[in-house]
Amino acid sequence: MSALLELEDLHVWFDLEGGRELHAVQGVSLALESGQRLGLVGESGCGKTTTVLGLLGLLPPSASVSGRVLLNGRDILAGGEETIRPHRWTDLAIVFQGAMNALNPVQTVSAQIVEALEVHGLASGRAARTRVSELLEAVGIPRDRGERFPHEFSGGMRQRAAMAMALACNPSVLVTDEPTTALDVMVQAQILQLLDSLCRDFGLALLLVTHDLPVVAQLCDRAAVMYAGEIVERGPVDGLFHEPRHPYTRLLFAATPDLHGNGTPVSIPGAPPRLDRPLAGCPFQPRCDRAFARCVDERPLLRTLDGERAAACHLNDLVAVRR
Amino acid sequence: MSSNGRLLEVEDLVVHYPVPRGLVGTVSRRPRQLVRAVDGVSFSLARGELLALVGESGCGKTTTAQTVLRLVEPAAGRITFDGRDITSATNRAMRPLRRRMQIIYQDPYESLDPRLTVRGTVEEPLLIHREGGSKEQRAELVRDALVRVELTPPELFLGRYPHELSGGQRQRVAIAASIVLGPELLVADEPVSMLDVSVRAGVLALLDRLREGGLGVLMITHDLSTAARFADRIAVMYLGRIVEQGPASAVVGDPQHPYTKALLSVVPRRDPRDRTKPQILTGEAPDAVRIPPGCRFHPRCPIAIAECREIDPALEPAGSGQGHEAACILAG
Amino acid sequence: MSVAVREPGAVIESEPVRSRRGLVWQAVRRRPSAVVGAVLLLLVLLGAVLAPVLAPYGLHEQAGPVFGHPSWSHPLGLDDGGIDIVTLLMWGARTSLVVGFAATFVSMVIGGAVGVAAGYFGGKVDTVLMRITDYFLVIPDVPLMIVVAAIWGPSLFHIVIVIGILLWTSTARVIRAQVKSVRERVYVKRARALGAGHARIVFRHVLPQVAPLLIANTVLTIAVAIFDETALSFLGLGDPSRISLGKMIENAFQRAAISTGAWWAIIPPGALVAVIILSCSLVGGAIEDVLNPRLRVAHLSARSFRLRPLVGRSADAL
Repeated sequence: MSALLELEDLHVWFDLEGGRELHAVQGVSLALESGQRLGLVGESGCGKTTTVLGLLGLLPPSASVSGRVLLNGRDILAGGEETIRPHRWTDLAIVFQGAMNALNPVQTVSAQIVEALEVHGLASGRAARTRVSELLEAVGIPRDRGERFPHEFSGGMRQRAAMAMALACNPSVLVTDEPTTALDVMVQAQILQLLDSLCRDFGLALLLVTHDLPVVAQLCDRAAVMYAGEIVERGPVDGLFHEPRHPYTRLLFAATPDLHGNGTPVSIPGAPPRLDRPLAGCPFQPRCDRAFARCVDERPLLRTLDGERAAACHLNDLVAVRR
Repeated sequence: MSSNGRLLEVEDLVVHYPVPRGLVGTVSRRPRQLVRAVDGVSFSLARGELLALVGESGCGKTTTAQTVLRLVEPAAGRITFDGRDITSATNRAMRPLRRRMQIIYQDPYESLDPRLTVRGTVEEPLLIHREGGSKEQRAELVRDALVRVELTPPELFLGRYPHELSGGQRQRVAIAASIVLGPELLVADEPVSMLDVSVRAGVLALLDRLREGGLGVLMITHDLSTAARFADRIAVMYLGRIVEQGPASAVVGDPQHPYTKALLSVVPRRDPRDRTKPQILTGEAPDAVRIPPGCRFHPRCPIAIAECREIDPALEPAGSGQGHEAACILAG
Repeated sequence: MSVAVREPGAVIESEPVRSRRGLVWQAVRRRPSAVVGAVLLLLVLLGAVLAPVLAPYGLHEQAGPVFGHPSWSHPLGLDDGGIDIVTLLMWGARTSLVVGFAATFVSMVIGGAVGVAAGYFGGKVDTVLMRITDYFLVIPDVPLMIVVAAIWGPSLFHIVIVIGILLWTSTARVIRAQVKSVRERVYVKRARALGAGHARIVFRHVLPQVAPLLIANTVLTIAVAIFDETALSFLGLGDPSRISLGKMIENAFQRAAISTGAWWAIIPPGALVAVIILSCSLVGGAIEDVLNPRLRVAHLSARSFRLRPLVGRSADAL
């Protein structure tokens, strides 16, 4: 059974001044089955947002892309905009980072959702309005509020509106980029609960991009950790926390404070590498507490370890390694 | 020197903002509405203590912190710094006190003047307050401050501009500029929320170490996990009031106020196996103009009873004692 | 066994980011139109400044007949007094530029001070200053000049004052807006929290941020000032003892250059004014463009990225 959505060896480069390039995404491969929730986790600059923008074909002219994006087995990236466009919003929908602040201030919320329907030729007039009511109800916005303008909504409500818009055309995959970052913890909980129920009710596959590990731990069953443009570890969330197979995963969890728990969070010293020059060896090596000679010279590849676990670390090759 | 060793004492602090009426409102003489950002807040901070003021947006925590430093004017209440009442001190009187109380802000990308080098930024407080003596002595103080914030070797950083530093480093520079005068009180407004996760712990550990040196830290944060791990005491705010306060372990481990309980229950946990049962409150906090009668939390409270609509509870001892208080008539 | 870890304080090597100091220079350098404008302006300035030295003929030297035609020895012909037009242009530009710069200086000083005060202090100070600005805004220039000329006589000094008084308002508004926004920046609030006095904050933190905008505004104001001077001189309100570009046009009109067909007496001065104004606008506009916070546009423009062949470097795990 082929996956619903597959990324195969996605690379994204950005042109820089002076003829150089920023290699923002360095060979990312992912698979998302229907109904699955995959968390794409990483800190700023790791390339997670660029990855999802790349898969949706929403990159600026300074970008160049290579790789395959397979939707139900068909490569939609191959023909560029021509092949991606038909699937945007109807199969792959995205709620951007800060989408709640990107709503058109001079249109009512309902009108904006109707627009999404009309642009894709799915409905118009009364049918559209009915569908909008359904969507608003699904995301928990009272019907009459739909006729209001975005500035009359609170942050949480605007995020719900953005989600309703994303669901307008019945996509099979929903991508959300930092859906709860600017929200209070109670509103965040509401939105996460909403995402949970929407995915269940609509049978959506969810790709959740975030820097917030606990959010992924609560909402997703699988996660991929990104660092310096590539995936360094991937697998069920439980395994990532309890048995990390990459030092960055382990250290990232260790740096995250937990509400109850004994340890004090510890920082990871140093900073991510620059991506505008070729890297030798493992990109995490300068900051790693377990690096050894091989890590300096040879860049580890993402290797399957067992079942769904994969990690890009030489430590996994050492026999009888003690973690 | 104050008599009871408390660095900062705040009693019944009230801060109001008038809501702008607009032309129609003014002409029709609509009564002026007030945003009751801080509506009767009392707490104290001892030397060497880290108190976390937590709450959601609009609860008044940032306003409280700014009022304590007299950056915002209080409408009522009393602020006592090291035994001295500074509630209505004039600007001139505040000036020498400002060296003893400092603030660091949330945004490391905006906190530093882009035209000043690290040296310039850290030296500026010395120049403003005419401290530090000769140029060499000032340079020494600057270097010392950089070492204390772990930007070593300092020579590597002195000549740098903010845009050449990472977010964590910029925040450390801001902290260095705040401690170069040797203050006794540091207000930290969301000091790490705009930093990457892997960097936050370092900056918080730094604040922790400074606290050990006797510095009193008032930290504003919306992140309960951070407060739980780094604060000595936590005060939970809702709609302009403190609804619960006490030792961090007590507030997090044995919450007494229903709001605190709900808030703690929805904080996502690190361990995927820790799936708690979240008590998600419906809706959002009402705006601070129309505060509900009685207990201000009662409309959203899962255990509210009839009396809650009438009684506005004060902070009473609750839970395990030891300074643990909650403003709820149903609290233990 | 593990390799040494970098210190928490290790500086990240960032890309060489342009400092704000070179911003003005960069703005001009990167736009061809601005470069053209700057070059033209420089040429005009040179010609005007070095007029006493470079002018081919004397300013009052009658070198030929009235409205003499352009010839090899007089590329732009002669005016109604037989004076070489090229010479007149150089001296005229001199006067026009002097007035332009002087008036702009006056307006910059007044406008800058008012703008900074209004933007920084806000409240009542702001309200009062803005009311005053509004009053000045509605004063019509020509009647004012007529009145001034009638009472105190037309002179270079009076023109400078009048134009300066009329132009400071737009500078004040622009500066005020910028100061207001800079004042809210976190590092300014920090300086206040540190206990810095107003003077320190304004001079060390606010003005440096405002300076580039002030420069852009100044350059654009020069253009307007020169235009105003030309217009006033053309209406005969200029200093009668000096020749300026506007006066040249006025003279030509008065002395029937049009009916005689002596286009060389009218077009060159007008063209030169246009060139000066255009150059100033190009340069000033380029500076302003660079300073305006760019909208985050084209970040998500579709159909614009490029495809590259597959790399095939990645893992065996899919």
